Order: sequence, then structure tokens, then C-alpha cells
Amino acid sequence: MLQSRFKMPSHDELVKRMDAIPDHVLKECPHCHYKFLSVRAGRNNICPKCGYGFRLMAKRRVKITFDKFTEMDQTVTVPERYTDPKYRAKIAKAKKITGLNESVLTGTAMLGKQQLAVGVMDPFWIMGSLGSATGEKITRLFEMATRKRLPVVMFTASGGARMQEGLNSLMQMAKISNAVAAHSQAGLLYVVVLCDPTTGGVTASFAMQGDIILAEPYALVGFAGRRVIEQTIMQKPPKDFQSAEVVMQHGFIDQIVARAEMKQTLAKILRLHTKENAYDK
Amino acid sequence: MTNKTAYQRVVGARSKDKISTAELIHGLTTDFFECHGDRLEADDHALIGGIGLLNDQPITVVGIQKGNDTDENIDRHFGSPTPQGYRKALRLMKQAEKFGRPILALINTPGAWPDVDSEYHGQGSAVAQCIIQGMQLKVPYISIIVGEGGSGGALALACGDRVFMFEDSIYSILSPEGYASIMWKDSAKVQQAAEELGLTPESLLKDGIINKIIHEYKPGEELSNLRDFLAAEFAELGKLPVDQLIEQRQRRFRNF
Repeated sequence: MLQSRFKMPSHDELVKRMDAIPDHVLKECPHCHYKFLSVRAGRNNICPKCGYGFRLMAKRRVKITFDKFTEMDQTVTVPERYTDPKYRAKIAKAKKITGLNESVLTGTAMLGKQQLAVGVMDPFWIMGSLGSATGEKITRLFEMATRKRLPVVMFTASGGARMQEGLNSLMQMAKISNAVAAHSQAGLLYVVVLCDPTTGGVTASFAMQGDIILAEPYALVGFAGRRVIEQTIMQKPPKDFQSAEVVMQHGFIDQIVARAEMKQTLAKILRLHTKENAYDK
Repeated sequence: MTNKTAYQRVVGARSKDKISTAELIHGLTTDFFECHGDRLEADDHALIGGIGLLNDQPITVVGIQKGNDTDENIDRHFGSPTPQGYRKALRLMKQAEKFGRPILALINTPGAWPDVDSEYHGQGSAVAQCIIQGMQLKVPYISIIVGEGGSGGALALACGDRVFMFEDSIYSILSPEGYASIMWKDSAKVQQAAEELGLTPESLLKDGIINKIIHEYKPGEELSNLRDFLAAEFAELGKLPVDQLIEQRQRRFRNF
């Protein structure tokens, strides 16, 4: 029998070696807690074991999902009337990390032969919170889509209304809802993709107003946060009670779509909503 | 109007001596006929709805009601509607539209009920539908914040052509306690939070979020002035052609 020259290192030595690995080399899935080498998450940035989609910056999301993206309202940003230095510092940091001036990226793109209007929220921009400029960008997106008769695909990822902007942030829920309604009354298609996390005021408005509502696997989708429930009414929610799978079971999601299938699925939905079908030929 | 600090407004809005939604309904309308249930699964007692006569004109009222004692508060879960409550409100508002009745929404809630069951039954979806469908209603729609106007749970019924607030009322994106706990990890800094949130009727009137501040009525007080005022507002809104009414309502929110 061959004698292995490998000698098992001591436990302490192993711990020391683990600590020496830089954080970005290993990744842990927040859903199934599987630990793996980051490179294995691949282009779609998903857990190789359970398929959970890691949070994506809006620009990356656009790159892996759409073709020929043209951004609109790129310069729209937080109004200057919000002067609180702490808030300003958060804004500056969010801009630097994401390369966006607000928590949503909007524009037009192509999927196959179909042109569409696209909105992608960025969970790294102050938790994708809904500020007044976020609301303005999404409203303009729907208004443009209504004028040009385009379908809208919206990826939501948000902690909810943006506290620092007070009631003006809450009013965005009503403002966007009106733009969604006008788009809908024009007979146009609105598809929502609920991403991790979609909560609060975003769930209580445009995230739940789509003709078709999709979600990414194990995305957290809810209105009241776990901590709010625990602290307000002293109830301990079960694990995963706001996962997309549970929300779907209760009837609020059409399909859960893996990131790798997202592009084809959206293209198919758009195709099913074009009037030129077999009967016209 | 007396000048009060933001925190005094918070205390006033939550006061036990405040006129309740039910008292307002009975003081403002005659022949009130209460309607129950969302026609899907339940009847939420935090949400009172029905039809009554306001100066002889039939209107639909939907209102959020807190309890007077512990038992009633549990029954009405402290004035925090469940999804069934919001669906009941929307059902009655759609019914009002069918019969061409104006809608009066009375709001006094710390927020939508935060529990697991409400999440399962689609709290977010229920609020979202109240907002989007409420804003398309083809009848005059007035919202009054009577006491607390907490976040999305209040906005669900505050999408009217006119939004008014009582003197002792507040309207905010989250409770001052919640704000303090998030901003400074210290829920005791409520007074400072109340100031920063700008939740008083005065500051919201200045921001154009509400249209008018209404005199504070005590329980048992004669409500004829308020009744006449609302009747006049409904009459004025009722004169507008429907598309103009809806356009005006939506333009109000487009400007935020």
C-alpha cells in the first residue's frame, strides 16, 4: 500500500489557514448555507447547490438579461433639498459602489426581436429603497412605455420606502401606481420579477401590480419585516415564511424562475403577448 | 390653532379621548348601514364600512377603527387592518363607484397589521390594489387622517381627491419609535424622531401633501360644521366631469 506523504494538519492549523483565505474567495449561500469557491457562482452569481440568486447590482443584471440596453434619465438623482449629512454620505457611497445616481436603472432594451422598457432596482443603492427620484424614474419609464406602446419588465429589489425622504417617499407609491394604471389601461403588458429582497412600500405598490409576477428562487418577498412582526406583536414567524416559494403557495406569484432561465422565460412571455400569432398568417 | 410640538401631536393623535372613527361616522351620517366582509374569506373589524346619508346625500364610508379597551383592541387589532380589511374597503369603494356615491375614507391606524397571517394573505398586494384601484375611481373621494396615519397602511385609503388632517393627527412613513430605533438604535428618542419626520398637519400642509387642516372635534361635539364642509367639497368635486376628476386626482400625486 502506498504511503501517502500527506499529513493531516492539526485543527488549529486548519483554522489558521481558513482565516488566511480572503473573504471574496469563499461565498456562503444565505439560504442553504452551503460554502463554496466564489468562482463557482458563475456569470449568473447563483448558489451551485440550491440555485439561490445572489443579490445583483442593476448594471450586472441588465448585462446578463437584456440585449442592446439604452439607459434613460441617467442623471436623475436625489433632490438637493435633502441636506442631512449622514444621508448625503450614504448617497455618495451608493453612487460610488453601483455607478448609478439613484436606486433604479431604467431604459429600453431588446429581448429577441422584441423591444421593451426595463426597470431594474439596485439592492446595493441604500437597500434599493424607494426615494422620490426612484419614483420619478419609474414613473417616467411607464409613461414612456405607454407613449411608445412597449411592455415593461421590472426587477424589484428593495427594503421599501426611503425613510430619509419621509412622506415624499410614500407618495411615490401612489405616483408610480398611477403610471402603472395608465400603462395597463392602454392594454400593455407589465411583468414583475421579484428579487431578493422585495419588501415594504415596494411590495405594497408596483411589485404587486404586474399582469404577470415572477420571482427568483428563495427571494425574500413580504410587506412587514420579520423584526417588525417580532417586536410589534411578539410573534415569532417561521423560517422562510416570506420566501418566494411560500408566497407563491399563497397565490401571489405566477412562477419562480431560475436566473439561468430568466432571459428565455421573459422572451417567451413577451412573445405570447404579441398580436402577430399563427392565426394572422 | 394652538402651536404644539411634533411630539405633542403624536400624543394627541394617539390619545384615548380622541373622537373615534365610529363616532365620526355616526355624527356625520344618518341611516348608516354597515356592510361586512371582503366576499373572499373574512370580515376585518379594524375596518368599518357602509353607506349613510350625509346631508341627505348617500355616501360610502370606509374607516379604520381602534378599540376602546383591551378586548376591543384585540378584536380590532389596535386599528391595524389585515389584508381582508383592505379588500373589504376596496370592495365597498368599487360598489360606491357603481352607484355613483362619493367616498369618505377615515384613517386612524398605526399601520397595516404586521403578523404572519397577514403576510400569507398578501398584505402588500391588498394595499397595492387599494392604491392603484382607489385612484381610478370615477366618484369623488375624500380622505381624512383622523388620528394616526401610519405608512402604507394609511396611504391605502389616503389616495383621495382631497386629503385632510385633523389638528391632532400625524401622517408618517413609519412610527417615530420605529424611526428612532433605526436611526439611532434607541427607541427612546421619540421626540427627536417626531421632529425629523415632519409628521404634523402643519408641516404636511406646507409640503402640499395634504389640502387642509380640519378643526379637532371632541367626542360628543356637534359635527354640523364638518358635515356641511364635506357636503360642499363633495358637491364641488361632483361638478367635475369624470375624466377631469380623475386627471386632477392623479396630477396631485404626479407632482411628488
